[in-house]
Amino acid sequence: MQRRLKLGVLFSRVRVEEKWIFGAMEKRGIDYDRLDDRLIHFDLNVPKPWQDYDAVLERSISYNSGLYALRLLNAFGVPTVNTASVAEICGDKLMTSAALMRDGVPQPHNATAFTPEAALEAIEAFGYPVVLKPVVGSWGRLLAKVNDRDAAEAVLEHKSTLGSVQHSVFYIQEYIEKPGRDIRAVVIGDRVLTAMYRKSEHWITNTARGGEGELCPITPEIEALSLRAAQSVGGGVLAVDLVEHPERGLIVNEINHTMEFHTMQPLSGIDIAGEIVEYVISVAREYA
Amino acid sequence: MSTVTCPECAAEITLEEGIEVGEILVCSDCGVDLEITALEPATVQLAPMEQEDWGE
Repeated sequence: MQRRLKLGVLFSRVRVEEKWIFGAMEKRGIDYDRLDDRLIHFDLNVPKPWQDYDAVLERSISYNSGLYALRLLNAFGVPTVNTASVAEICGDKLMTSAALMRDGVPQPHNATAFTPEAALEAIEAFGYPVVLKPVVGSWGRLLAKVNDRDAAEAVLEHKSTLGSVQHSVFYIQEYIEKPGRDIRAVVIGDRVLTAMYRKSEHWITNTARGGEGELCPITPEIEALSLRAAQSVGGGVLAVDLVEHPERGLIVNEINHTMEFHTMQPLSGIDIAGEIVEYVISVAREYA
Repeated sequence: MSTVTCPECAAEITLEEGIEVGEILVCSDCGVDLEITALEPATVQLAPMEQEDWGE
């Protein structure tokens, strides 16, 4: 008889996604702990309490807290969803782009520089309009569509002067004339569960910025590209964001490792929370 | 059903059934984000503000 698993869910606040995940755990009779990342601490001399978990699901709202927690848990030998390596790659747009480039996965044309002068040179080579993004950021925050040299100079100066040192990693991306939408695909393991168009008249289509969701049929092309993207960053529970490029077709914009799904779950009718929990259980059993 | 008082504007807020510690609710009067920090008795605090590294 298999022994009862012990799982942990690392979280910062109980969003509707966490409520659904907790509910899915309880429905399955899973023995789990809710681990508030604002209250826990890791004593590196005392890893034992953490090693009692067969797996930990990371649902931190903070990229830094979540990432460091995953690094420590993985160092303690505790399996996590997702792994620290996946979180590290997905949470940093430049690292994601490097992984996609390495594996030949189509993505927007992008470049990086470390000084405003070098960034301006790269931007001028791209031509206008061009997009600047922070390498770490989410929910459509701090994105800039730069329409001319004056704007480029201003944004670069503001980032280098007002931002943290990380804002001096200038991530430059081609501006893509999207058809008023982008696509988010939920990938768990080797399956694409569901996909959604995020529609907006604004060039930023995040639902956090007002983008509206509409079910998107999972075409063979969407499925294949989503799986390639997920594999490229290491796999797990991922939200792959795709863009329909007017000349190149479907490309990968970014991949999210602690996805929100309060729109996609009711829209698709798929129990995404339950699927996530099942995946965590499978990871726990694999390593138990 | 229990109620809490918004610490920002003193509005009385009725909590829904099944509310959990750590959950965020919005004050219907002043719009501030509040976090449930305890149940029985129900207690709220101003929720932490969005940080630069928050998200998916």
